[in-house]
Amino acid sequence: MATDTTSGAHQAVSACLNEYGGAIGMPQLCGEWFGNQIFWLVVTLLAIFIILSKIALPRIAGVLADRQGAISNDLARAEDLRAEAVEVEKKYEKALSDARAEAQTIIAETKSEIKSQIDDEMASADAEIAVKAAESEKAISEIKAGAIDSVIEVAGDVARDLISAMGAQADRNQVETAVANRMKGRIK
Amino acid sequence: MAAESKAAEGAELVFHPMDQFIVKPLFGDGTVNFFTITNVTLWMALTVLAIAGLMVIGTSRRATVPGRMQSIAELAYGFIRKMVEDVAGKDAVPYFPYIMTLFMFIVFSNFLGLLPAAFTTTSHIAVTAVMAVAVFVSVTVIGFVKNGTGFLGLFWIGAAPLPLRPILALIEVISYFVRPVSHSIRLAGNMMAGHAVIKVFAAFAPMVLISLGIGVVVTPLSILAITAIYALETLVAFIQAYVFTILTCVYLKDALHPHH
Repeated sequence: MATDTTSGAHQAVSACLNEYGGAIGMPQLCGEWFGNQIFWLVVTLLAIFIILSKIALPRIAGVLADRQGAISNDLARAEDLRAEAVEVEKKYEKALSDARAEAQTIIAETKSEIKSQIDDEMASADAEIAVKAAESEKAISEIKAGAIDSVIEVAGDVARDLISAMGAQADRNQVETAVANRMKGRIK
Repeated sequence: MAAESKAAEGAELVFHPMDQFIVKPLFGDGTVNFFTITNVTLWMALTVLAIAGLMVIGTSRRATVPGRMQSIAELAYGFIRKMVEDVAGKDAVPYFPYIMTLFMFIVFSNFLGLLPAAFTTTSHIAVTAVMAVAVFVSVTVIGFVKNGTGFLGLFWIGAAPLPLRPILALIEVISYFVRPVSHSIRLAGNMMAGHAVIKVFAAFAPMVLISLGIGVVVTPLSILAITAIYALETLVAFIQAYVFTILTCVYLKDALHPHH
């Protein structure tokens, strides 16, 4: 095939190529290319192996381990925070119920305090009222007594005036005694 | 193929579905030697760069809350690591970097190969066979190192009736040695077939330039077919990488725990 030069195409350089550079049969079965392919394949596989095993795979394994660590750390921290939140909530509930109880006792205390104060005030007011009433009674009785004396005096004066009007001289003491006698038993 | 190539100048459809798999030197027209820098070198280097970009540069921030690139890198890491642990067991974890290397190489080669005008390194049996044989040899060595001759218990099925055991042992041994063959051809075959089919449909696409009557039907159909096959190939690119990796894990499990 390499000897055919009449078509003007360049000479085939391989037993697997025709004079136009086209393939004869399957290029896969061309034995003279095997060595070249195998050589470059071995070089390639070695290069890939070194790149992967020295750089890429340890790096990716590290990244994945780091991520796993970060995730489990975050999960643990979230768990801690959750427990803390539960505790805080408990504390809050306790504080709330304590405050309620305290408020109840304060209310009760205040109530009893106010009650005793009211009682005291009532008692003192009662006592004051009693004193005032006694005083008033005394004043009334004094006034009453004063009034009777005045009546007796006025009656005496009237009686003397009447006697003198009738032209007789009235003895002061006599008149008064008579008036007093007359009044006796009528005014208490 | 030579006849078809000659027809390229004429107004005929041109089919070169296999030319995309040709290994050629990047510089000059010389022959392909062992160390020649070829399109294989270029696309394998791009694979290495892409993997380094995703797995090293993508994760360089080491963020606790990952960005897009780092998410994908972590996803790939978790995906393969879980696969190794689930399929091969906890004691297979030391082999995780090797399995990760295989997976990353295959999945990136497959996806880079889907770029238009790209060269698909995993479509070559030479490439997949080397990986499959490497897996086969390592797994066999690990099996004997870890279990001694007990590794041969893999072929001697205690659960079967005694008369059947020699026959089963023969079948097991044959299937064991066929493993690297199926392991490698499955990947290379899938990648090659998909790309070749896309190229065949692509060759039908310019039909409208040759014959308007037929082309009106064939051209849209072939463009639709290219799109559909491309979508399928995107799926296959990942699935074949996954299959290769999970089979590696299954073989490793056999080596670590040879008793059924």
